[in-house]
Amino acid sequence: MKINSVLGAVAAFGLAASALAGTALAQSREQIRFVGSSTVYPFTTAVAEQFGKGGKFKTPVVESTGTGGGLKLFCAGVGVAHPDGANASRRIKASEFDDCQKNGVKDIVELKVGFDGIVVANSKKGPDLNINQTQLFLALAKQVPGPDGKLIANPYKSWNQIDASLPNEPIEVLGPPPTSGTRDAFLELVMEPGALKVPALAELRKADSKAFDVVWKSLREDGGYIDAGENDNLIVQKLESNPKAFGIFGYSFLEENTAKIKGATVAGQQPTFELIASGKYPVSRPLFVYLKKQHVGVIPGMKEFAAEYTSDKAMGEDGYLADKGLIPLPKDQRATVGKVAAEMSVIGKEGL
Amino acid sequence: MTDVLANSAGSRVIDVTSDAARARIKARYRAEGRFRAYGLVAVGFAALFLVFLLADIVIKALPAFTSYNLVLDVPVTAETIDPKGTRDPAEFGQAGDFTKAVRDALSLVVPSMSDRNSRRILYGAVSSGGSDELRRRVMADPTLIGKTVSVPVLVTDEADLYYKGLVTSKTTHSGVGIATPSATTGAVTIFSTSNAFAEDVQVLKQTLRRMGDEALRDAGRASLALKSVEADRRHAIEQAAAAKASGDAGRIATTEGQLAKIEADVATLGRRVAELTATGNGLIKRFEQTGALETLDTAMPSLLLRINGGIVRANSLGNDRIEGEVLVPLASTADAAAGTWSREILATPESNRKLQDKQVAVLEVLRDKGVVQSAFNTRFFSGGDSREPELAGILGALVGSALTMLVTLVICLPLGVGAAVYLEEFAPKNKMTEIIEVNINNLAAVPSIVFGLLGLAVFLNAFALPRSAPLVGGLVLALLVLPTIIIASRAALKAVPPSIREAALGIGASKQQAVFHHVLPLAMPGIMTGTIIGMAHALGETAPLLMIGMIAFIVDVPTSVVEAATVLPVQVFLWADLPEIAFQAKTAAAILVLLGFLFVMNGLAIVVRKRFERRW
Repeated sequence: MKINSVLGAVAAFGLAASALAGTALAQSREQIRFVGSSTVYPFTTAVAEQFGKGGKFKTPVVESTGTGGGLKLFCAGVGVAHPDGANASRRIKASEFDDCQKNGVKDIVELKVGFDGIVVANSKKGPDLNINQTQLFLALAKQVPGPDGKLIANPYKSWNQIDASLPNEPIEVLGPPPTSGTRDAFLELVMEPGALKVPALAELRKADSKAFDVVWKSLREDGGYIDAGENDNLIVQKLESNPKAFGIFGYSFLEENTAKIKGATVAGQQPTFELIASGKYPVSRPLFVYLKKQHVGVIPGMKEFAAEYTSDKAMGEDGYLADKGLIPLPKDQRATVGKVAAEMSVIGKEGL
Repeated sequence: MTDVLANSAGSRVIDVTSDAARARIKARYRAEGRFRAYGLVAVGFAALFLVFLLADIVIKALPAFTSYNLVLDVPVTAETIDPKGTRDPAEFGQAGDFTKAVRDALSLVVPSMSDRNSRRILYGAVSSGGSDELRRRVMADPTLIGKTVSVPVLVTDEADLYYKGLVTSKTTHSGVGIATPSATTGAVTIFSTSNAFAEDVQVLKQTLRRMGDEALRDAGRASLALKSVEADRRHAIEQAAAAKASGDAGRIATTEGQLAKIEADVATLGRRVAELTATGNGLIKRFEQTGALETLDTAMPSLLLRINGGIVRANSLGNDRIEGEVLVPLASTADAAAGTWSREILATPESNRKLQDKQVAVLEVLRDKGVVQSAFNTRFFSGGDSREPELAGILGALVGSALTMLVTLVICLPLGVGAAVYLEEFAPKNKMTEIIEVNINNLAAVPSIVFGLLGLAVFLNAFALPRSAPLVGGLVLALLVLPTIIIASRAALKAVPPSIREAALGIGASKQQAVFHHVLPLAMPGIMTGTIIGMAHALGETAPLLMIGMIAFIVDVPTSVVEAATVLPVQVFLWADLPEIAFQAKTAAAILVLLGFLFVMNGLAIVVRKRFERRW
């Protein structure tokens, strides 16, 4: 009967597939595997592609899982079943480091690969914004100190209520969701220093640092700050259609869309390549790549990959990563990182 | 039209000829008509949205289907391509410097650009994969070494966008009168006999005036704000004085705080008014002065002159002359007659685009030389992913999707149909089967990410299957669509008339024969429909695949179900997240490929369904 033969064929195929899978289990891995931050993803993938073009090794596979998820996978253990490297848009935390040690990932190599600037930008058609961290804090925090120093729900509806020099436009900022590393960096680099400059909050920090943390970590939910999802291109598109709104995202998106959007001046500094590279622009963060030293010699090409990443051809001022929007490290730091990659020197827990 | 007359039993009289009855009937017809109209409007709306969506995607995707190449005559010399002289493709494929061969060919096309800096810009027009085609051809046919090969060389994504007209709009005006350049390279002044640049000067002056007026308007607005803040200040001073008089420490602190903020605002606004007024007046002055040269900056549209085979960018201009710099060297300083030279205005200012004027000039020269050609982008359909938009292809994701779907189908179809047949036809009706049924129905409503977590825990951690493999992706998606298929298959089996079963049993078939020979073939169309719905659902899933590592950058096209792969929807997701503008067209094109894949898959399923269809 027709139906029987169909079912039989399908079953046979299923058996064959499972047999194939069985053989796959015993295989070792030929290619380097990376997990981690979606901010570092565009850079590590560029290095992976160049590395694969060399022809000596297979092109590494790079997964985009987010910094936290990536480090969790990275620290889960040693061996071919676990990734060899992790991208991170912040330094590894002490708790993650402990997790690594616990699972036998003893030797972690840390490569600082460059900087990423976080910009506040709006449409070319909109007003220029020249702002500092405190003003941004007052515009975006869920609670701000009232005239008597007590915390009240954020009363500011338009920018010029905060400072007369700011535009007379409603506050409407599109930014990353709580799961994003970009948002963490924005909170740490803008909201926290901004809050510290407000006298009433500086007092609060002395009195109750936990309560102070809650204040700068909570963004307003009354429409002043809008979660626009992880996709920065979407924020750029929304800014184009709404000239009154501002957006928060990574520098590379500003660089690619200069025809449509402009970056706001923060604390007197424009978000330009030079000013971020020299560290003058205040809202920038280092980007990291972590490697497992224990996989050197097990997975082919680990050392060579680290060398490719830290080479001037990639990480240098005119390197191909700069074309992709990575802000290069200063020269002396590049030399240090190159040395770390060559020697595969591991990090300890101090300073994390 | 009959009247039901009252009879002795006292039943109701229904009159269908009275006016009231006619009105009721009319109202019923009208209601029916309205209902139909609603339906039509709803269908129309849905169709409109679908057309709008598809048109939008197609329009956005179009640029991705063509790519610009430089067709160059490349001399394939043995010393660059095969330095060891082995003529062995495996050897010179690695050792040969194909990039250098392409660059040398490019220098032959534009020999005038000989200094290091302009060369760098010239070579920058070629994609990092520009020499791939040359390598492919020479490796396929080593006898080409020593000959000159005409080969297409891919340009970078930025150059590609420029040629497609997506970087800036450009207007060209033929030159009026005779233009005389003062030099062929470096800083240059070009004199014209007939005030050829008067128009540009006018445009520039108007721009200056507009900017000046805007600045002065802003200054006016700021000074109004200043006045109101000064009024606030007076009020705040009174408040502070009153607080001092009352001696209440809390009030004093509050009012003084408010006063300090207002004082700061007054200072800022005062500064701002002064700044804006100065800027505005400066611009207006520039607008009013005559005779002097007017400076162009990068925030204004660029003015390029093409003269004597070279390109000059204007930095400052008067009615009868421009001063500027040579971007592409001129052949001579001879007078250029009217009509032999031209002015080009790039509407997007240089500060607003990644492509600088110097790069634009190089691209224009290459176009003049006739080496630029547009071709169908075969690379998009024949390559894997890449970080360079012009090199990125969809094939890796397409094959990944196909392998994943194959695994899904092979696992979930027999399992699903088997489970449905057992539960529907053979299983005893007791507590146990009821629990199983409830669970299957609940599973159908579980969010897909949960299946991803399950896959991570079971297939990766417990069975140690490879990460990112279509095998694991297929297994997870099979679990995801299994409940859908079981439910649909059971419904299809239920729909087969009992007479079929009874007839089969009546002529002596066993229970199993009755089910497999008679009932199942009749239920097959329904089962296929369920499978199509399930597979379409699986094809579009990204969330569960995130957990098992299929959201990854993978360059190599997978060849088996255990190699690292990515699937179409994930590729869309990854490309949509990249900053390069050229990836936006790729994203839309990938969506079209995904839709195409869906149509093909469903088409096949419908063909199979038709073969099983039985009418009674």
